[in-house]
Amino acid sequence: MTGACGLWAYAITEHGGGDLSRLTGVAGGTVRTVAAGGFTVLVSDVDLAEFGEVALRRNLENLTWLEEVARAHHHVIDAAIRLFPLLPTRLATVYSSTEAMAAALGRRREELRAALRRVSGRVEWGVKAYAAPRPDTRDSQQPAPAQAAEQTGTGGAGLAYLKRRRAQLTAGERSARAALAAAQAVHAELSGRAAQARLHPPQSPQLSGNQMPMLLNTAYLLDASASDAFASAVTAAATARPELRLELTGPWPPYSFAGED
Amino acid sequence: MASPPARVPAERIALVDLLDRLLAGGVVVSGEITLSVADVDLVTISLRALIASVGSLGKDYAGAEPATQSGGSW
Repeated sequence: MTGACGLWAYAITEHGGGDLSRLTGVAGGTVRTVAAGGFTVLVSDVDLAEFGEVALRRNLENLTWLEEVARAHHHVIDAAIRLFPLLPTRLATVYSSTEAMAAALGRRREELRAALRRVSGRVEWGVKAYAAPRPDTRDSQQPAPAQAAEQTGTGGAGLAYLKRRRAQLTAGERSARAALAAAQAVHAELSGRAAQARLHPPQSPQLSGNQMPMLLNTAYLLDASASDAFASAVTAAATARPELRLELTGPWPPYSFAGED
Repeated sequence: MASPPARVPAERIALVDLLDRLLAGGVVVSGEITLSVADVDLVTISLRALIASVGSLGKDYAGAEPATQSGGSW
């Protein structure tokens, strides 16, 4: 590596056992552990020409670069959490030196210890709820013949069209409201099984590649041993509520629960 | 009908699900450089703009098979 180096942090732990030597991190860096501020931190060296403040801001807007970095960051955390409990750090946390890192961690020792205790032995599951396409959607999107009649001024057909269209819109609103209420009920039910829950903003169809409207994008923190029961509960909720499409992702490292409550 | 979801291999996790967590999650212990809330918003906005302007990239990015990528879908 040429130029000045920084330390890219992946995770904070109070353990550090286990063999990490074959783990490759961001930009192909070799992952190692360093003692800092009363913790063990998983880090790798990064070139500040690529990961310094100015370069980082530019590179984060490059989707290819961001994807590589995000997957590498996740790869390290996902491998390490099988060995010991840890607190993932926010993507793109870079320190200039071990001393700077130790100072930052030391200032927040108690809070970080509490967070580690909170996530220890727990996993994160994600649930996304979409409004299922209505069976009559096809009809409501094809008002063309009636529309044509309306435009030619044949009053009876136009009026009939408007009535039908209004009924469709009302039915659409009603089903959208029902789907949202169902999603909220599912969330309440799943929250009851979780140690903590967190709402993420719904994903845009452009980002998710899914055209169904996303109603909820949630994360749940669970004891690892409760995973099977949770997955079954999601399956049961999906069966009971055909107006929704539910997607389960996980188990994730407890990303969504690593910060403050 | 649905079966209990299998663990998804890391390379098949949808990037959008990963970014939800990596950009808004993880503990923030301010380094000299740490993504701040404002940065996250900037990244998210520029990603949307990028994807909107490059339709084909958006497809690759989101994955051609979102249902199987996500580890379970009903």
